[in-house]
Amino acid sequence: MADTTQTRAQHAQMPAMAYLRTHIREYGILFALIAIMVFFTIATDGILLRPTNLTNLVLQNSYIVIMAVGMLMVIVCGHIDLSVGSVMGFIGALSAVLIVQWGIPYPIAALICLAVGAAIGAAQGYWIAYWRIPSFIVTLAGMLVFKGMMMVLLKGQSVGPFPNEFRALASGFIPDVTGFDGFHMTSMLLGILTAAILVYVSVRSRQKEASFGTPEEPFAFFIGRNAIVTVAIVYLTYLLATSRGLPNVFIVMAVLIAGYSFIARQTTIGRRIYAVGGNKNAAKLSGINAERLTFLTFANMGMLAALAGLVFAARLNMATPKAGETFELDVIAAVFIGGASMAGGVGTVVGAVVGAFIMGVMNNGMSIMGIGIDWQQMIKGLVLLAAVVFDVYNKNKT
Amino acid sequence: MTVILEMKGITKTFPGVNALDNVNMTVEQGEIHALVGENGAGKSTLMKVLSGVYPHGDYDGQIFFDGEERRFYSIADSERCGIVIIHQELALIPLLSIAENIFLGNECARGGIMDWNETYRRTQHLLDRVSLNENPRTKVTHLGLGKQQLVEIAKALSKEVKLLILDEPTSSLNEKDSESLLELLMELKRKGIASILISHKLNEITKVADRITVLRDGATVSTLDCHSQEISESDIVRDMVGRALKDQFPPRKPVIGETIFEVRNWTAYHPIHDGRKVVDDVSLHVKAGEIVGIAGLMGAGRTELAMSVFGRSYGSNIGGEVLIHGRPTDVSTVPKAIKAGLCYATEDRKTYGLVLINDIRQNIPLANLKGIANGIVVDNRREREVAQTYRARMSIKSSGIDQKTVNLSGGNQQKVVLSKWLYAEPDILILDEPTRGIDVGAKYEIYTIINDLAAAGKAVIIISSEMPELLGMSDRIYVMNEGRFVGELASGEASQERIMGMILRSGRSVTDHPPTEKTTELDLQYHG
Repeated sequence: MADTTQTRAQHAQMPAMAYLRTHIREYGILFALIAIMVFFTIATDGILLRPTNLTNLVLQNSYIVIMAVGMLMVIVCGHIDLSVGSVMGFIGALSAVLIVQWGIPYPIAALICLAVGAAIGAAQGYWIAYWRIPSFIVTLAGMLVFKGMMMVLLKGQSVGPFPNEFRALASGFIPDVTGFDGFHMTSMLLGILTAAILVYVSVRSRQKEASFGTPEEPFAFFIGRNAIVTVAIVYLTYLLATSRGLPNVFIVMAVLIAGYSFIARQTTIGRRIYAVGGNKNAAKLSGINAERLTFLTFANMGMLAALAGLVFAARLNMATPKAGETFELDVIAAVFIGGASMAGGVGTVVGAVVGAFIMGVMNNGMSIMGIGIDWQQMIKGLVLLAAVVFDVYNKNKT
Repeated sequence: MTVILEMKGITKTFPGVNALDNVNMTVEQGEIHALVGENGAGKSTLMKVLSGVYPHGDYDGQIFFDGEERRFYSIADSERCGIVIIHQELALIPLLSIAENIFLGNECARGGIMDWNETYRRTQHLLDRVSLNENPRTKVTHLGLGKQQLVEIAKALSKEVKLLILDEPTSSLNEKDSESLLELLMELKRKGIASILISHKLNEITKVADRITVLRDGATVSTLDCHSQEISESDIVRDMVGRALKDQFPPRKPVIGETIFEVRNWTAYHPIHDGRKVVDDVSLHVKAGEIVGIAGLMGAGRTELAMSVFGRSYGSNIGGEVLIHGRPTDVSTVPKAIKAGLCYATEDRKTYGLVLINDIRQNIPLANLKGIANGIVVDNRREREVAQTYRARMSIKSSGIDQKTVNLSGGNQQKVVLSKWLYAEPDILILDEPTRGIDVGAKYEIYTIINDLAAAGKAVIIISSEMPELLGMSDRIYVMNEGRFVGELASGEASQERIMGMILRSGRSVTDHPPTEKTTELDLQYHG
């Protein structure tokens, strides 16, 4: 075929450019995050990267990141979940009632909360998967219902405080076993270890690729990407280590991101979800149980929303009737900034997480600069629009 | 004869590809000019240049229409001059009426207020011209595809068309509807309207075309005049593929074994209209190594039969028995059917066959993900090997296994669909319209693959609306009409006449069957 040989020739001439053109989105979002961080570091005279603020940044965004991971799955599957903010608030309220008012031990209460969250997600997923009710409508209803149920539980008041052990989930730090003075060596080592594992994994997958053909990613890009990721991780954990070390939530997030990334990319379940989102009919006729997958995706989302609810309640040290309000919008925005497609079938976990941090850094940076909430909203809205316009523009060009 | 259209030296490049290379074409007033070529030869691109989809300046060369050089910057520009293109995928809005569709964007209105009387009066007049006997208020969704084509043509006539471009107008029509569409073209020709007919159906072209332009790899190969010389289909094919195709069908010696697939008394009802039997007491059997064809008109219930057997993907209230290797087998869900060794390659690869946004590598293992995974973890290496193997074995033309399937030509897409099913290692393959919309060369390759499958001892069922294909490929043919099997012919005794005869004799009313409602029904079942 004339066209294939020609494109191939073109690839050979300037592989780097051609590669960048097709993968601009993945690198673009990483560069966008770095650029935004650099910008706010300068604009805030370095406050952004101060260890205490960095800790804050992680804690503030942890619940958004946790939910973005679940939302990514939902959106890839071709649906949307508007109820996550309300579910998160409801579970926070439930945990307060169980732990503070009924005195149930917090580990048991937390498990009950996660189970209730999964059940809520499953209940919504049931209508969406087996009755083919549009997810927009089911979860819009869920948003109202669970908001109401939260108010019933809390009777309009804030409930708290939580026991300290429970609070440690959100505001605690991992213990330092090495005992350096003023420097959290365990965190530093964990950071270095994580970076090393990431480099090892990507080197191995590149070797594998090389063993059956030339790797698609040019070598310079491979080195550059790994260098940036390594430096970023080591530098950020260093900053955190000079303060109180890695927050517990950070570990939870890291495990979730790694786990769900693996599920999405490397398991048959992940493949099936992407196929269902890409073309439900073809997936079903290929023997994929699209209904059950959709159902499970929503149950998973409910469970992650519950986890986010626990973290949020633990962080505030109380459950308030306002908890979770409009969080669903931040979560959905994060996923779309991260490159997912509204039509389904496209998106990555890491992209969604980076999207969440882009929003988070902007929130944090603008707050430090003293920019009013009014302006913040407008700017965030425009960034979301710009990210998606950029996507569509790129798609049309190729 | 005056020349109405002249395209001179049209060259259009896409990044890295020369889609059109110095193409010349002239169309005379009141002629039917056929444009043929393999998929990817540049037919659609040429028509997009002509209709202004690619604006002037985006290509090199000149377009003269009606005696003047024209520069079209949009479809609206070309339509204003009287060039109307009717695409393969019809651009009608299903839930609007015929009249609303015809005057969409061109409404009969005064100051923005609709004049419905005038709209319906003019629609009626247009429908008379295309001999479509329907109420202008009827919603388009209630019409079969054939009638929808006529509505498209009526819409074109409403714009005072001088040159009508039809892109594969008959590819999804049954023979009768195709016939009447071609008659209508002849009728328009007598009124002085020229048309460009893009088609893969060479028999139709030799029947109606005055001249034929053949494109190959983006260049004009020849322009054949059907009046000055006798043009045969093989002449056209030779120019299209650049070589003479001696046989349309690869040779094969059938080696037929035991019966491995049997369906008994199969009945299925329409998923929405409860009382309507779509498949009515059908029994069939296929032996190992045998290729069995199912003939019938559109809407005869062939796809419905296949899909209802394959994991009840269609219909409600399904009854009957499936026997595989002589044992009654549960095939009530798609996973069970696949596990039992059954597979169904759809007639509509874009909607039901491929995940178009994904690449070849991801599409091929979709029906057998366990094959590339350890437990639930996908083994990337094995996945790539599988994809490479099938890409080579099926000679899928692509830049590599990482090419998105949406960018493949129809024939190569079909090969990916077949690869997907072969990788699931079925014993019984049901292939629904395996060569629809595929060019001659790729068809031959698909036929070879099918023959190889039969030679490997698989039972193959082919559903096809192209009778020569059924006659050329099958060892045995079932004839289906209105949900029932109305005849069975061995390859030696089958002919187009006999098959049509069986259909006509059996039909309670062949003429008013709703021919293509079935596509919408399948859609409804999935989306609604």
